[in-house]
Amino acid sequence: MPDNELKLPLLDQLEEGPWPSFVKDLKEQAARRPQVGQLLEQLEQSYENRWDYWRGTAINVPGYGGGIIARYSDLGEKFPQVAQFHTIRVIESPGFVYSADALRQLCDISEEYGAGIMQLHGMTGDILLLGYDNEKMMDACEALMDNGWDLGGSGNGMRTIPCCIGPARCEMACYDTLMLTKYLTDKYIGYLHRPEFPYKFKFKLSGCGNDCANSVSRSDMPVIGTWRDDIQVDQEAVTRFVKEMGQEWVIGNVTSRCPTRCIHLNGDQIEIDNRNCVRCMHCINVMHLALAPGKDRGATLLIGGKRTVRSGDMVASVLVPFQKLDSDGAYRAFSGIVERIWDFWGEHGNEHERVGEFIDRVGLGTFLDGVGLEPDPQMVANPRSNPFIKFEEYAAPRLDGEPHKAANVLNREPDREEDYEGEQP
Amino acid sequence: MAIPVEQLADEMYEIVKESAGVKKLKGGDLTKAMVAKYGDDVSRADVKAAIRVLIDSGRCVYGYFGGSSIELPHTEAAENQ
Repeated sequence: MPDNELKLPLLDQLEEGPWPSFVKDLKEQAARRPQVGQLLEQLEQSYENRWDYWRGTAINVPGYGGGIIARYSDLGEKFPQVAQFHTIRVIESPGFVYSADALRQLCDISEEYGAGIMQLHGMTGDILLLGYDNEKMMDACEALMDNGWDLGGSGNGMRTIPCCIGPARCEMACYDTLMLTKYLTDKYIGYLHRPEFPYKFKFKLSGCGNDCANSVSRSDMPVIGTWRDDIQVDQEAVTRFVKEMGQEWVIGNVTSRCPTRCIHLNGDQIEIDNRNCVRCMHCINVMHLALAPGKDRGATLLIGGKRTVRSGDMVASVLVPFQKLDSDGAYRAFSGIVERIWDFWGEHGNEHERVGEFIDRVGLGTFLDGVGLEPDPQMVANPRSNPFIKFEEYAAPRLDGEPHKAANVLNREPDREEDYEGEQP
Repeated sequence: MAIPVEQLADEMYEIVKESAGVKKLKGGDLTKAMVAKYGDDVSRADVKAAIRVLIDSGRCVYGYFGGSSIELPHTEAAENQ
């Protein structure tokens, strides 16, 4: 449909201003594809009436339980070309790195079977291919699989795993995020394609505390790179940096912004109290030529992050303070923890209950018992304010006659301090 | 003696068929039903394999609403043809 035939007064306003507009792009696409013109017209009507005309459901590709996000239009008679306008989720390449040929394949498939609209990448990390009807969607899936692509996760299963660029292009990476993404995807592809959990389960992998994968608040199990020895300091580089930027600037922008005040400038030398460093990455980011993460690297495993739906936003908290991720054995140890969590949550989780909500309900002590992990002080982000910690012996009974019972974690004999020697950062 | 996966799949299909329109069954429900019937002769892995047989053959599909239930193939109410 030519641009000049579309009457879109409300959408036209979104083209005003200096920022890029999806309306402009879709209008160009509509000039070649009437389907996209109808998409814009339906959106215009939605804005006008303040009503969403899409109905969502799931479509089963044979052998799969997810990967297709179905969208049916309530205005199908008026806009027949968008009566079915489904989205296909495709597993992305780790780190979002593609060859030109791979992108051409996706574009060709999108042009041939769909609306020619792609989103790289959605919040889930997947490649999103938009605008397929029931029939062409199956053909598109066949074409994708013939070219080595596979459908991403949706529904109540493991979701597609996004990760940061990792060691491919970043000096801060404390473990190989790309390799771990491939390992987890290959190992658990069945869980990704078949919804077998109480609700969705997301991994997001970040190579360091900068958390470029947005893992801590957007995934059930963030894996964030860290180290347990000392920050590497090149004092000569520090001296050059201080000489170039000035002492006042370094104090104002590096040392005084340390959240635990563990870094100090002594003349033109840096001193760090590594025992109190919380690996926030700020000093390393600013003085990246002079400072670097330590050499004994691994990752912190966290649990329970999510966005709002059933309950409010939750930020993940520490589950395993330090886990080496540099060998097949380390990967197997990690997947052992994951599988124990899935078993326990799968057995006892309620319908549509994320693992963070599950921990909130049963208490961290019960959860740790269930998955066979020892409690650790680092699991407590803020004493008495962490939502996962319940102090039943202090709380009033929730029901008449309910006995006071301490959480399992409180019944445990304290470990000797020397047990932790050399294990903790 | 281990129960063949195909036999488990057939029996689970009958359970799903009988429950259609009455109760949405999840993988855990089918696992419990099979364990109740056969005890130690079936494992969770066997039941998972049997569910895969049902899904791959198209005899059952995963439902989306109200949890990931295993259902007979159907047309979603939202779908327009």
